[in-house]
Amino acid sequence: MNFQLSEEQQMLADSAKRFVRDNSNVESHRQNKKLMPLNEATWQQLAELGWLAVPFEEEHGGMGMGPLETMVLLEALGEGLIMSPYIATVVLGGGFLRRADAATQAKTIPALIEGRLQLAFAAEEYERVFSLENTTLQGAVKGNDVVLNGTKASVMNGDQADLLVVLVRTAGQLGDKEGLSLFLVDANAEGIERAPHRMVDGRQGAEIRFADVSVSQDACIGELNKGYDVAKAVLQEGLLALSAESVGSMSVLLDDTVEYTKTRKQFGVPISKFQVLQFRMTDMFIAMEQTRSLLLASTLKYVEGHADADKAVHAMKAQLGRAGRKIGQEAIQIHGGMGMTDELGVGHFVKRLTAADGLFGNADVHLRGMVKPA
Amino acid sequence: MDLQVPEQEASFRDEVRTFLEENLTDEIREAGKMVTSVFSPVKEAMAWQTILNDKGWAAPHWPKEFGGTGWSVTQRAIFAEELVRAETPPLVPMGLHMCGPCLIGCGTEEQQKEYLPKILSGEHFWCQGYSEPGAGSDLASLKTFAEKDGEDYIINGTKIWTTYAHHANKMFALVRTRKDGKPQQGITFLLLDMDLPGISIEPIVGLDEVPEQCQVFFDNVRVPQKNRVGEENDGWTVAKYLLTFERGGQEYAPSLHVQLEKIKMMASRQQTVFGSLQDDPVWQYKLAQLEADVLALEFTEMRIKSALSAGKDPGALSSMTKILGTELLQAITELRIETLGAQATIWQPQALVPGDEQPIIGPEYALTAMPHYLNSRACSIYGGSNEVQRGIIAKAVLGL
Repeated sequence: MNFQLSEEQQMLADSAKRFVRDNSNVESHRQNKKLMPLNEATWQQLAELGWLAVPFEEEHGGMGMGPLETMVLLEALGEGLIMSPYIATVVLGGGFLRRADAATQAKTIPALIEGRLQLAFAAEEYERVFSLENTTLQGAVKGNDVVLNGTKASVMNGDQADLLVVLVRTAGQLGDKEGLSLFLVDANAEGIERAPHRMVDGRQGAEIRFADVSVSQDACIGELNKGYDVAKAVLQEGLLALSAESVGSMSVLLDDTVEYTKTRKQFGVPISKFQVLQFRMTDMFIAMEQTRSLLLASTLKYVEGHADADKAVHAMKAQLGRAGRKIGQEAIQIHGGMGMTDELGVGHFVKRLTAADGLFGNADVHLRGMVKPA
Repeated sequence: MDLQVPEQEASFRDEVRTFLEENLTDEIREAGKMVTSVFSPVKEAMAWQTILNDKGWAAPHWPKEFGGTGWSVTQRAIFAEELVRAETPPLVPMGLHMCGPCLIGCGTEEQQKEYLPKILSGEHFWCQGYSEPGAGSDLASLKTFAEKDGEDYIINGTKIWTTYAHHANKMFALVRTRKDGKPQQGITFLLLDMDLPGISIEPIVGLDEVPEQCQVFFDNVRVPQKNRVGEENDGWTVAKYLLTFERGGQEYAPSLHVQLEKIKMMASRQQTVFGSLQDDPVWQYKLAQLEADVLALEFTEMRIKSALSAGKDPGALSSMTKILGTELLQAITELRIETLGAQATIWQPQALVPGDEQPIIGPEYALTAMPHYLNSRACSIYGGSNEVQRGIIAKAVLGL
């Protein structure tokens, strides 16, 4: 067992922290989140720093790294108010591309790494408690084509994506793992309509409607009707990335809260002197460190392929929700009125944690998953 | 002891329901459904106040001679419950529930005659100038200073978290008029116009991206001494009078019940692969905990009403309801975003503005969930934070 960062990982963490220090501030975040689409300059910066290359093979111009490096990078980025479609494009979208056929990889991954190609994973649906097998978007097989009909909801980066990876039911009954397929679809294909919206944390999202969208079976990632395992693996990488980012945000909320209580005076003393607040900040700290432990547990078990990796990833995502809510709510409460303003960073980090909990199954969904691992 | 409802109270409830059915306009009803805060959209809330005032029902809790209804404690509660059930927008409280009672208890006859009718009619829109950047939980340490100058006071300083200051034409404020002695003893209660020279207002954008709160700055603002309520340096007494005026007046349980019913509807619409979320034991367990808590709060509030009806002091019970009501509201808004999952992360606060014509993305019932969750975090901060409230109970009730 060794939890020390390698030299390479340490450099990645240091440069990401430096980037956050130089580029993250509340005012520009407030402006950025009103933008549709997102600030393109930030994305180009991430490309230039080489970070879009992290999880890809060197033959495509990638860095040949994996979920551990993604964790290190995103935890550091999570300490800042940098809004980017990194998880949607690199981790989820890129995760599917890495599992696509060689020709698709050669065509897409270099462009992604250069910051010229955006992706989104269209998985969630309205009025469906999230799980992969709870997918209703229909794919009717007609010869070599599949015709898609249905709606995907709350698709992270859905409006900006050039390519969509769509989770489709092509066979079987609702609830079956068998019969799910993944298609790589041009986001501007005929029959696709997108309604862009902001997410609560300022990220961009979209509702995406598919009306008789015809795709070739060649666009299938993995085998037709056998998409579940691929989807699960990529989703787990996405959840780990989301969790790493959240741990970074939790640490900022704790630090900001502790600092605030040292400077805020009421009844003639800094409010940090009140034991009731000390205890609550201590509990925030404990919750954050427990989350960090689960992040390590789940990422390492996933990377090493342990038998209980699925359970650990569920535990992590559940912890993200539970600890994220606790830390976020306490950060606001202890900041008092100031915590309720759009002016301080606190609220923006709280919103990020709230969004992260809601996406791809919240704490309850993943606690249920632990009882019956997928 | 029993739970029987006397005939006259049942018929009173019918009377209120009939009135609501006949007088609530679609615009006001729609605005009420979209409320994600204790503060309603101004235009619709004021329109509703006008309708109620025409009926003589704008301020049931005021004594009859000042424009109240003369209803019993129970009747007032029935009225409040029916407003909540019909999802009317809550009336803006600063005039009707804060300044008005202070004037009734401590104002001169002249002040009462001048201000109270205009509070009822809505001609005067009040804001509350209490908190300051350095005086929140510790309100008595407020520093905004009013210096005597001839017939006037000259005010310098700043107030913060002044709800709807940007809509108000009047402010009731606590200002310091003496710097020595105990902090509470040098405070004076003043009424002032918001358009006076030297007043500037900066709206504060909240987590829900709505400018509900403001900071107000005073730069040599001249206010006549006749605008003082109560004695100079005795403003703390005026402010405290409010606490006794409306004891047991605010009830949380009726609105919490309504929220829980709506969550059940939402859960019934969410499908897992095994059936609807409403049938899921984990979800049911969470709902049941909240239902038990709300039922308990409902009866705590009924115990207060019962004591008041019998002319007794409800004592400690009323101190609990702010803590319980606000924290249960927060828990309910949390269960709602849990119920909605990713649908709650869709952010479209512009759709909550009355009259907005843009199409709504996602189920309409999900629209208010996230703004309400975020906004309700303020409930345990304002009006005396829940830490302060617990401190009061520890001291006044437990004798610690």
